[in-house]
Amino acid sequence: MEAFVEAENLTRTYGAVRAVDRVSFQIRKGEVVGLLGPNGAGKTTTMKMLTCFMPPTEGRVRVAGLDVVEHSLEVRRRLGYLPENVPLYDEMGVWEYLDFMARVRGIEASERGRAIRRAVARCGLGAMIGKPVSALSKGYRQRLGLAQAVIHDPDLVILDEPTTGLDPNQIVEIRQLIRQIGSEKTVLLSTHILQEVEAVCDRVLIINDGRIIADGTPAQLHSEFQGAQELSLLIGGAAHDDLSAALGGIAGAERVQVGEPDARNSGVFAASVTSGKDTDLREAIFRLCVQRGWVLLEMHRRVVSLEDIFRKLTVREGA
Amino acid sequence: MSGKGVGMTGAYAIFRREFAAYFGQPVAYVVITAYLLICGWFFASTLFLEGQATVRTYFEAAPLLLVFFAPAIAMRLLADEWRSGTMELLITLPVRDMDVVLGKYLAALAVFMVAQGVTLLYPLTAGLLGNVDGGQVVSAYIGMLLLGGTYLAVGLWASAVTASQVVAFILGFFVCFVLFLLGKVVALAPAPLVPLAEAIAVDTHFANLARGVVDSRDVLYFLSLIALCLLGAVSTLEGRKWGSR
Repeated sequence: MEAFVEAENLTRTYGAVRAVDRVSFQIRKGEVVGLLGPNGAGKTTTMKMLTCFMPPTEGRVRVAGLDVVEHSLEVRRRLGYLPENVPLYDEMGVWEYLDFMARVRGIEASERGRAIRRAVARCGLGAMIGKPVSALSKGYRQRLGLAQAVIHDPDLVILDEPTTGLDPNQIVEIRQLIRQIGSEKTVLLSTHILQEVEAVCDRVLIINDGRIIADGTPAQLHSEFQGAQELSLLIGGAAHDDLSAALGGIAGAERVQVGEPDARNSGVFAASVTSGKDTDLREAIFRLCVQRGWVLLEMHRRVVSLEDIFRKLTVREGA
Repeated sequence: MSGKGVGMTGAYAIFRREFAAYFGQPVAYVVITAYLLICGWFFASTLFLEGQATVRTYFEAAPLLLVFFAPAIAMRLLADEWRSGTMELLITLPVRDMDVVLGKYLAALAVFMVAQGVTLLYPLTAGLLGNVDGGQVVSAYIGMLLLGGTYLAVGLWASAVTASQVVAFILGFFVCFVLFLLGKVVALAPAPLVPLAEAIAVDTHFANLARGVVDSRDVLYFLSLIALCLLGAVSTLEGRKWGSR
């Protein structure tokens, strides 16, 4: 499918600092993409360029084929944005606030009530409609921020750190809400929390020091950055050399280590089998044990988590 | 979604919100009440102490009063948006920076006109009790509107520069005060500078209008100062694009 958001060599400098450095990426229509990176990596700056808050120093971004600098107003009409820390007008009421947003966005009077009600229903704000914004809990503030971002039924929704400062229950609720929005719209969200990306996003862009260093689905990133995977085994009823030879004979096994027999349980061996990143040996090992009449007491595969990848990619050398 | 006309719709929505926000908070009431009290004192003191039904003292005091009150009305307009972070959302809505500035400015102007509207009681009272030159009052009120509008525009620009309302007030007050003071010290200025000081000073232009003389040059002076400050505020907002904010 054609790219809905297209960034080419996007660069933004603050004085001598390059906050975003030649970043290129594409987002297809309907995708939920997570911009993942440590604090200060350039996530917010990237989003500020997408939302036309500031133009790129170099490079360009297009949303729906429209350049964000040349067609700024048209782009802004098509996107909804929730900045970090959810800035709202505290002195207003919830309905009043949404009404203001609908008006600024130029939603016709005849449509306005319906648009507000739809956003309220979508974001589960029904019970809060008559309250002042200042009386909302953090979770509901977030919902109101999201309601504001989807009130005009935008094609693209941009959320900057949408779950920061929420308690675990609220985080689950807001993620659910984002997934729901993501089922209808293209979403770009930023986060420094890995679980968020795994819970919500179809695709991840990992950004560090202003550069995109990885791009793919969570699953792709797993397999791409996973090194050799390791299986730890505990097998009973076998002889040492026999076991070692048999495990070594499995196609795809790269390295086999069999420990000394357990002192208390004779014939029980701890073993580890290392294989390439795309080879899964678990079934072969199971069948081997069945065939030989060994007892497979334990089998555990150590999967390199996205967290490991994230840390590996973003920890600065020498830090 | 309607394509055309969204700009003015946005400015109007911002105006509406801003005007309501003034009266949703105690600040506007405090500022307006204080303004009316002091204006009232200037009017009433001449009326009762000197036994003269005239609005002259009120119009004489007004330029100095507005130096305080206009920046106080304008100080929150943009500074508060910077402070609370709502600015980031506001200027990424499909409105031009000019619409934001215009909406905010007109809201402050409307609040000022509400306060100014109440002071119409003075010339009305004076008219009942004595002789008031209606033409002069109209002209003076045009002058007040232009003068207040100018100070508000100065205050709005000051409010665009900072995230602190206090700083915005002080900055706005300072510039307004300089514009005001120039007219008072013009007599002390070295001869070659006198025409320049007179041209810049608010006083000279307001004095004509207060006397009942509506001169297009004076009107133009105020209008160009207002335009200058509004454009200044717009360019300050646009400064985010190149700065580090």
